[in-house]
Amino acid sequence: MSEMNGVTTSRQRWKYLDRVLSRPGPFTDEDWVPGEEVISFLESAKVLVIGAGGLGCEILKNLALSGFKDIHVIDMDTIDVSNLNRQFLFRQSDVGKPKAEVAARFVERRVKGVKITPYCGRIQDKDEDYYMQFNMIICGLDSIEARRWINAMLVGMVDMENPESMKPLIDGGTEGFKGQARVILPTMTSCFECQLDMHAPRAAVPLCTLATIPRQPQHCIEWAHIIAWEEERKGDILDNDDPEHITWLYQKALARAKEFNISGVTYSLTQGVVKNIIPAIASTNAIIAASCCNEAFKIATNTNPYLGVPETANYMMYSGDDSIYTYTFEHQRKEDCPVCGNLAKDLEINARWTLQEFIDSLAERAEAQLKKPTLRTEKSSLYYQSPPALEEATRPNLRKKLFDLVSDGEEIAVSDPAFQIDFKFRLLFRDK
Amino acid sequence: MLKIWSMVRFTSASGQKKKKVTAAQLRVQKDLSELSLGTTMRTEFPNPDDILNFTLTIEPDEGMYKDGCFHFSFAINQNFPHDPPKVKCLEKIYHPNIDLEGNVCLNILREDWKPVLNLNAVIVGLQFLFLEPNASDPLNKEAAEDLRANRDAFKRNVRKSMAGDSVRGESYQRVLK
Ligand SMILES: [Zn+2]
Repeated sequence: MSEMNGVTTSRQRWKYLDRVLSRPGPFTDEDWVPGEEVISFLESAKVLVIGAGGLGCEILKNLALSGFKDIHVIDMDTIDVSNLNRQFLFRQSDVGKPKAEVAARFVERRVKGVKITPYCGRIQDKDEDYYMQFNMIICGLDSIEARRWINAMLVGMVDMENPESMKPLIDGGTEGFKGQARVILPTMTSCFECQLDMHAPRAAVPLCTLATIPRQPQHCIEWAHIIAWEEERKGDILDNDDPEHITWLYQKALARAKEFNISGVTYSLTQGVVKNIIPAIASTNAIIAASCCNEAFKIATNTNPYLGVPETANYMMYSGDDSIYTYTFEHQRKEDCPVCGNLAKDLEINARWTLQEFIDSLAERAEAQLKKPTLRTEKSSLYYQSPPALEEATRPNLRKKLFDLVSDGEEIAVSDPAFQIDFKFRLLFRDK
Repeated sequence: MLKIWSMVRFTSASGQKKKKVTAAQLRVQKDLSELSLGTTMRTEFPNPDDILNFTLTIEPDEGMYKDGCFHFSFAINQNFPHDPPKVKCLEKIYHPNIDLEGNVCLNILREDWKPVLNLNAVIVGLQFLFLEPNASDPLNKEAAEDLRANRDAFKRNVRKSMAGDSVRGESYQRVLK
């Protein structure tokens, strides 16, 4: 093994990987050329990992050990002592430091030649230009909201002039002994929003049970969280990471539990209930992360068919609740998906038209024939047919010129009671 | 990877820098267009550009809360319809299912919320609370016991509270039109 500047230049370490990369196998396509080109693509592919928690630690380690060399990672959290049991890239001395940074340095130290670029912050801080630089994105998140955001971003980025603007999204998720891995090819296959019904809303206890007949320690904590805080600390914004706030809730919950003869309220249970922490099983994370990284590897190298090829299975669910069960299937795209079901169509308009004139023109368009359209942009309500208060508030816009209401290239969403789906148009000013 | 890009076939143009209407906004827009407010309800939008935050006014024309005027704030987040709207009564009223802070006990606002439900289902539910206050889901325990013990006495207390008088030592806000 030869070393240059501490970087292993020999491929000795990748001997086993190279057996897959440098010769055809039973599932490779006939026109697939093994060797040099495949290896160099894998090494230069830029992959973004979202989340450096339970799944993220596994994903970063797996990608580095699968031959990816240019990895980026985003996470907004800092390391908590309770993470250390399964988020194995972190040590006691790292508590309080940003997860993305610590995870990146750890993997870089252990796998020579891998570059990991951390960003400690929110995915929403970054724009289209940032996401455009990657070849694919792997999510190890516990938030539905963050997944919906990145999904909408990636669907919106697809540009028909540029195939590389289509970034495969590999999503892993776990909940206790259950989990799923899926591959989304934005605009081509069913997206996260199409699959939203796969996630049950958070189980909640009726408010009146919390208020009158708590039966479990969790009920007392939820009561402190939802009712007592509002009553006694109105105006104070509850910060789940502020120990003083959690202590306050814990003591309130404890007093209430005593009153109803309930045992089991502890500080860490309070933290868990308030932050909606689902018990994480380290092995479930390992299984799901492994599946995600194998798909990433296959997509990047074409050594084997991958999950998510259009018109084939794109979703693998795993359940370890009752022995082991996995099921892989094709989740179908939804025609009326608000994100990928109706991509914005370009529409040339005369910016000197009034909004009323524009609405009249929509009624004449063959594909739309919108008779009672309601329209908005991301930031403003252009015209609402109902309810009456909004109609009245937006009516003055009908007389305004389009250039005063929208900017060139801006997207509008149009709904009409006659249609189940909404229409989106990107307005292009005809004569500037 | 190159293989995957060769498969990319586009159904439509997209790709732009400008902000897009969010899935939550789109859904609320749809729900608002399907709202049937009738003569007893109306909405108010403090900022008409922000359709995710508004006030609903209910003026029951029958039942024991008849001729009252009740305001509810609706706060919808970007995770709608996965998350239910947050609804609060803005007046301090005497009602078994609404506490003194304005929290509302309505199953579809919490444990029975499903993304297929819409805003209309929520306002119908709120309206129903004034027609049929429910003693078995108490948030205001005294009011619930009152209703269970003696419906007529409860009704008298409701009217007193609506006029701005105290009931059982607790003062209430005047909500009569
Ligand atoms: Zn979709």
